[in-house]
Amino acid sequence: MHMADALLSPAVGGVMWTATAATTVYCSTKVRQSLDDRKIPLMGVLAAFVFAAQMINFTIPGTGSSGHLGGGLLLTILLGPHAAFLAIASVLVVQALFFADGGLLALGCNIFHMGFIPCFIAYPLIYKKIVGHIPTKGRLLIGSLLSAVIGLQLGAFGVVMETTLSGISELPFSTFIMMMQPIHLAIGIVEGLVTAGIVSFIWKARPEILEKAAIDQPMGSLVLKPMLIGLALATVFTGGFLSWYASENPDGLEWSMFRTSGQEELETPTGVHKTLEGVQGKTAVLPDYGFRNTAGDDNGRLGTSVSGLLGGLLVLLLGVLVGLVLKKRSPASQNHPHPHPH
Amino acid sequence: MSTKIDRAFYDIGHLDILAEADTPLHRLDPRAKVLTAVVFIFSVVSFGKYEIAGLLPFFFYPAVLIGLGNLPLSFLLRKLLLVSPFVIFIGIFNPWLDRQILVQLGPIGISGGWISFFSLILRFILTVGAALLLIASTGFSTICMALEKLGAPRVLVIQLLMLYRYLFVLVGESIRMIRAHSLRSFNGKGRIGYQVFLQMLGNLLLRTLDRAQRIHLAMLSRAFTGEIRVIRQYRFGLRELFFLGGFSAFFICLRFTELTSFLGQLTMGIK
Repeated sequence: MHMADALLSPAVGGVMWTATAATTVYCSTKVRQSLDDRKIPLMGVLAAFVFAAQMINFTIPGTGSSGHLGGGLLLTILLGPHAAFLAIASVLVVQALFFADGGLLALGCNIFHMGFIPCFIAYPLIYKKIVGHIPTKGRLLIGSLLSAVIGLQLGAFGVVMETTLSGISELPFSTFIMMMQPIHLAIGIVEGLVTAGIVSFIWKARPEILEKAAIDQPMGSLVLKPMLIGLALATVFTGGFLSWYASENPDGLEWSMFRTSGQEELETPTGVHKTLEGVQGKTAVLPDYGFRNTAGDDNGRLGTSVSGLLGGLLVLLLGVLVGLVLKKRSPASQNHPHPHPH
Repeated sequence: MSTKIDRAFYDIGHLDILAEADTPLHRLDPRAKVLTAVVFIFSVVSFGKYEIAGLLPFFFYPAVLIGLGNLPLSFLLRKLLLVSPFVIFIGIFNPWLDRQILVQLGPIGISGGWISFFSLILRFILTVGAALLLIASTGFSTICMALEKLGAPRVLVIQLLMLYRYLFVLVGESIRMIRAHSLRSFNGKGRIGYQVFLQMLGNLLLRTLDRAQRIHLAMLSRAFTGEIRVIRQYRFGLRELFFLGGFSAFFICLRFTELTSFLGQLTMGIK
């Protein structure tokens, strides 16, 4: 499940972007250093394979629903963590841009959930440990199942954490987590079974591919510690900077009509969402005042907020007008390949 | 499910056709468009969760882009609708959980939950719309070039270009496979069982690996040394500066000043 821009606050989105960008730079350097130029077309074509594979669905017996490959774990098994991270990131970039899955700010979160977790947590710590260098059918199945399930559970937990910390959704942490984790348990089992199935198919048909993949990725080169420290530093820095920025400028929020009444029960327990905190700090001064109240002060506020809405609508209208005029005047409208009524 | 993906792939082709148009917007240096989109998205999501009035003026940006780039509104709206379920699913709990009446419009009280839900939908339309407009006005490989110029790692950029290059080839192969299967499974009504599914995917993967090897050999025979060199010139000129600077100033102004409130007051004659 893709995280969406609309559910994110800039602080959370920024932190995840920084973490993902740092990992991307690290992986790019690693892939460059590996001096294996065979990998470059392989990474590209395998990422395209994930799209092609997702078009093929199988029916899950007894449920009436269907499953397909996610691909993160399979790419890691075939390419190794560094190259796979970049391949998964590229898949998610294409999904964000063309299928509007998630959005650009949420891309940081999505690459982290679907790239970092399978590549740097599920694969080295679970799959590798269970399957080893010479896979058997049983080991492959258990290793794939466990790493897919745990990887997806961590990813789903990440979505819940980020949504809660952003404070845009009203869903309480516990309810949301009770919804997300079981769904992703099912998805994880399907993903694990499918990955194990394909890997054993390849193992039977062309064992040398997997042997080569296993030899190409000696675990000794994967040093997690410096990367994790770097990530933690980047996270603390961005988080601190962005929340400071958000709390420095709460004034712009003041004039919205919707914040002028008491909202004590909305207090975010984590205290991370500084913007909201600032708002709550202000609004607590005026508890239980609705817009019905005709006392002088509130009347003025009502006027301001209604005019705020009206002004917003005016600018919107102006924008639409400008858009229409520009469109009419656009010289390309005649030779446009697919003319549309708009 | 597969019809949705089919449609999505048809849409990639359509977005590509849109990106090939030659309008003032398309001619801008891609860096200006990418950076403006980033400033736009950050401004939109930085609003508090009960914001509606402040978000409305941000529709100015997509409206101008659609106008300048002569982009089809109905197509973009259909794409937005296609991906809206997740956000609606998460957001629809807001009216449920936050029932405090915040606004009283005559006899009808509007709860905070409905307001934050509506705000969430506005954010969704704006942010996802911005991503769609970026790709429809720029094109994928041009965005990749912009990313490289902006300092993204080269390996990642090459990876994106390679993925995009072979996306259609492999999807075509996959579609042919599904068609072949459905033509041979009269009673299964085209449904694919788990075992057959694995065989199909495994075969597709083997073909993919072989293809990667052929591509690599082809690249080697054309003097590939691990570096991909691209010759394409973009100029970040005055128009780009105006586009980026103008829009960014506009967004920041909308975010931190009471422009809309002021305009509304002017029209209402209050004050």
